[in-house]
Formats: sequence, C-alpha cells, structure tokens
Amino acid sequence: MHLKYESFVREPLVDGNKDYHQVSEDIISPIEGKPGRMWYVGFIFSVLLLCFGIFSVGWAVYWGLGTWGVNRTIGWGWDITNFVWWIGIGHAGTLISAILLLFRQGWRTGVNRAAEAMTIFAVMCAGQFPIFHMGRVWDGFWVLPLPNSRGPLWPNIDSPLLWDVFAISPYFTVSLLFWYSGLVPDFALIRDRAKTKFRKMAYGIASFGWTGTAKNWQRAEALWLVLAGLSTPLVLSVHTIVSFDFATSVIPGWHTTIFPPYFVAGAVFSGFAMVNTLLVLTRKILHLEEYITIGHLEAMNKVILLTGSIVGVAYLTELFISWYSQSWGEMAAFQWRIMGPYWWSYWAMMTCNVVSPQLFWVKKFRRNVPFTFVMSIVVNIGMWFERFVIIVTSTYRDWIPGSWSYYSPTWPEVGFYLGTFGLFFTCYFLFAKYFPVVAVHEIKFVLKTSGDNYKKGMEQIDNQSTEDFIHIATTHHDEEHLLELPHH
Amino acid sequence: MAIKKFAVAAYDDEEVLFPAVKKVRSSGYKIHDVYTPFAVHGLDEAMGLKGTDLHIAGFIYGLCGTSTAVGFISWIYTSDWPLNYGGKPHFALPAWIPITFELTVLFAAVGMTLTFCYLNQIMPGVKKHIFHPRQSDDMFVMAIELNKHTSEQEVMAFLKTTGAKEVNIQTAEAGWWYGRWDKKEPYEALNLG
Repeated sequence: MHLKYESFVREPLVDGNKDYHQVSEDIISPIEGKPGRMWYVGFIFSVLLLCFGIFSVGWAVYWGLGTWGVNRTIGWGWDITNFVWWIGIGHAGTLISAILLLFRQGWRTGVNRAAEAMTIFAVMCAGQFPIFHMGRVWDGFWVLPLPNSRGPLWPNIDSPLLWDVFAISPYFTVSLLFWYSGLVPDFALIRDRAKTKFRKMAYGIASFGWTGTAKNWQRAEALWLVLAGLSTPLVLSVHTIVSFDFATSVIPGWHTTIFPPYFVAGAVFSGFAMVNTLLVLTRKILHLEEYITIGHLEAMNKVILLTGSIVGVAYLTELFISWYSQSWGEMAAFQWRIMGPYWWSYWAMMTCNVVSPQLFWVKKFRRNVPFTFVMSIVVNIGMWFERFVIIVTSTYRDWIPGSWSYYSPTWPEVGFYLGTFGLFFTCYFLFAKYFPVVAVHEIKFVLKTSGDNYKKGMEQIDNQSTEDFIHIATTHHDEEHLLELPHH
Repeated sequence: MAIKKFAVAAYDDEEVLFPAVKKVRSSGYKIHDVYTPFAVHGLDEAMGLKGTDLHIAGFIYGLCGTSTAVGFISWIYTSDWPLNYGGKPHFALPAWIPITFELTVLFAAVGMTLTFCYLNQIMPGVKKHIFHPRQSDDMFVMAIELNKHTSEQEVMAFLKTTGAKEVNIQTAEAGWWYGRWDKKEPYEALNLG
C-alpha cells in the first residue's frame, strides 16, 4: 500500500513471533484467569494500608489538625510534601500518553496504558492532602464558586491556591477521559472473547457497545489527538500552578521565577521513576516482557537521566541566585538548608536526585532491570526529600528568630501518607487484574512496522541501494511483491 | 431501527481488505460498514468516508470554556462583589489566565468526548450486532447490505474472490439498542438455519 517502513536498526517494540491474535491472547488472558497468590497478598496488604490511612485521617478530622506536627511557623509539613510528590508522579503518565503521542514516539504504546492509570491513581492520592489539610473538611466545597448565603462571597480567583483547585480537577477529568476512551476498544475485545455470562455483561457495559467501525476509529483517532494536544499544555500548567503556590509568596527559598520549569522537570523525573517501579513488577508478574521490553525501560531511564540533570542544574542555579541576589534572607535560607538542622534532608535530596541518576550514562545500567528498579525507588525518595526541603526548610526559620521551630511528623501524618500508598496500590492491583495493562489495539497498530518478526523482513530492503528500492517500488505498486512478510 | 440482511466477509489481513473494499465498491454493492480490531489508516478514504469534524466541535467547546471563565470571573470581580486584594485592579486579567485556560481545556475535552460518544452511538448499556466474534481480535470484517434483488449466492461467490477467509449471510439489527450483552436477541435465531 505504502512505502512506510521502519529501519531494522531500530529496536523492535514487540519481541517474539507475534500475530494479532497472539497479542490479544498474551494481554487479555491474565484478566480471564484467576489471580496468583502474590496478587492476593499484595491486594490485601494494600487494603489494610488503606484502612489504616482512613483511620489516621479520621483521627485528624475528629480531633483537629492539632494532632499533626505542623505548627504556626511550619504550616505545611508532610501533607503538602506528599501532595506535591503524588501530583508530580502523576505527570509522567500524561507525558507518555500525550506528549510522546504528539512527538510520534512509537515506544509509548507499550507503556501508556499503565502509566496513565498511574496518573489517575496518583492524582486521586494527591487530592486527599489539600482537602484534609483544610481541617474543617466539611466546609471544603467553599473553594468552589457556588452561589452561597455569605453574600454570595466568591473564592479568591487571584490566588494560586484556588488555581490549584481549578488545575487539578480538570487534569484528573481529562486524564480519565483520555484513558477510558482508549480502554473502550480493549473492553470490547474482552467482551467479544468472554466465555462467562457475568464477564460478557460487565465488559459489555464497560465497552459502551463499541464495535470498531471505520468511522468509530476515525473519530477515535481525532479525539485522541486533540486530547493529547490539550493534555500537553494542561500537564505543564498543573505543575506550574503547583509551583506558584510557593513562588508567588514572599518567603526566601520560595520566591523564585525558576520554580515552574524546575517543578515540571522534577515531576517528570519522579513520575518516570514511578512508572519504572510499577512496570518492572507488572511485566514480570503478568509475563509481559515481550511488550514492555528492556528497550522501553531504557527509553524511560534516558528521560530520568535528562530530567534528573535538569533538576540538578536547577538546584545549582538556586544556590547561585541566592548568592547573586545578595539578599540576606535568601542567602541565610540556603545556608540553613545545606548546613542547618535539616542538613540531612538536603543532602539526601542531592544524592538521590543529582548524583545517582548520572549512573544512567552507562548503557549497561540503563538496560539492567534490577538496577532500574532500585534506581526508580532511590529517585522517588530523592524527590520526596526535594519537596520536604522546599516546604519545611524554607519555613522553619522565618523573619523572627523567636518563632524559629523544628518539625517532625506525628503518627496520623505518617498514617495518612501510608494510607495513600494503600489507595494507590489497591487501585493499581484492581487495574492490573481487570483491565488490559497494555493497550491491545495500539500494539496491533504498530505490530507490522515495529514487531520483531515483521522487522526482520525489512532487512533486505534496508540493504538495497536507493535506486533499486525506488525502481522496484515504482514498477510494483503492490507491497506484497516488494516484501516477503511472514504471514500468519 | 430495522432488521436487515447482510452478506458478511471476514478477512485476516488488512492488506487483503483494502483491495477488497475497492472491488466491492466498484461492483456497486452497498457497504454497510467495515469492522476492524484497530485503527487501520486509510480505510476511511478507501470506503469513501468523509473526514471527521470532531476537532472543530472541540474548538467550539473550548471557546465556550474561555468565554464562560472570563465572563463569570469578570462579572464577579467588577460587578457582583468587587474586592480589593492587596491593591490589585478589579479587572486583573493576568491573574485569571490559569483558571481561564483550565476551563477551556475542561470544556473542550468533556464536550468532545460526549460528542464522540453521541456520534459513535456508544454509551453504557448500548448493544449492537457483532458480525464476527473476532472482529475486535484479528479479523477485518466487511458487512454488505442486501436488498430483495441481490442474489445471495452471487454475492457470496463474489466475496470469496476478494480473498475473504469466511463468507456468510446474516440477519441482523442494523442500528443500536439498549440491551445486555450476555443475552441472545430474538432475531439471532434467524441466523441458525
């Protein structure tokens, strides 16, 4: 039909000898079988963690925020640290699903479904923190511009904290729509294969009655392209606005213009690390090594290396600017960050985020699965410390030495954080069991250009001289004469 | 909708499907639809379908979002309840950019998705006829609408020549209806004979 082909030099995106049916078989059959013992252990553990989180939050809501370690000097502690950490993790999913779609990066097809699921669950976790930080959570709807009996008095539209509300809720909604609209054709596949009555009914509802007509697909591709185009500036705006929560205030250490790009880079950095954590486990447990290949992990490790370096440059720029400003407050804030009572958090951040990702310059490390897994956790520890450093070590010594303070979390704060892990992994375990973790229709779409067995047929073409290639291509219009493609 | 008769041809390769679609069209048969397990690029053109205007709808929804945000915020801050925040002007457009942008994206995305569902006639609870159980797996299925005058044998023989792996005649509901996917529909009994 056309002359489009991909060089065999490029690594295949799907390994093994696959045809369309085999792809469906490989990805859908774990959904149709019984989950393994590991799944039950993990799922029950997550639910218990979630229950402990609910108890901790309930405790804080019942007795008030006095049960937390935050005080008048350090108003934001673990809660906002965790909020920024989770929301940042979410950004990688959108980067993979939207930005890499616009850049036509074929490798996103193997990982986008799981990464987007991660986004949605991470944003759900992130949202809990500002909501319960309100203290009187039953008044939480006051952030919405609803007609009310107080005037009506509207929320402060000029405040970055309100922008946050308006950034995160559309971000969640748009990510959910993007994710689910891609899931619909795969649910239709499960429905059409289903042998049991209940599965047929449940996936029949979930698939919205999708049949995959030419017009269906045409509109779907238009929808996904526009949603990708919308999500791209959206994801950048979300973390920019999160950084405005800090950058628009006049607190030394926060009041910097570097924050938006620095936060976005950090978000992508931690998000890709979390994608690696999840996918290394998922591909192993569900036997998806041929779809989520070492090549995929390497590509993500390259992104981690790039964004980790951007974050490193940002840290150094911050230090330089604090000295260059010759402002006493700025210089003191950074001096205390490095050498004050919280020195350990600063150096944990520096080691995990700046030094350790540099190991990824070595190709052997980038393609090593256990190393990737360990590194993904190191990076996320580092990024948690980054947010802790920004929030706590900018506030604990303020303008009046008499109010200088120190902050440690109490058990309800720690329990809240653990509880969001429970929420996240409960959702992820359910996703991995009942949803196709790899986008089946997208894999089928790239199979004939990027599948291992099909790429091998390209070798002879690649070795042809350009003149031969053009000559054959123009005399035979049908591709079948040109390629000896393996038929299934 | 209506229950109609279809000649159904199932192909196992999109590269066989394309010339088949061309042949069927040039022979004057009416293609009801072609069902594929994934987006096959160029199939819409081969079938003579027009492009979609969904993105234009998205643009219009986006504009609605922009004007809703700017209109609502400026009404609040300049007319309904003007407040002095640190001496900032009441009409503080730069400070409204984030929310205006977010609402633009939200309206465009939600509006487009709902329009997408409406146009494709998909919704939880909607049921449609499945011509081939593997049309979402690895088969590319073409359904041709038959009328009183078409000879079933002739169509089937013709479809065989286009490279179809399976050819049959089905009586089916052409549109959509509310129903459960685990239940058989009454008309499906007609296909057993």
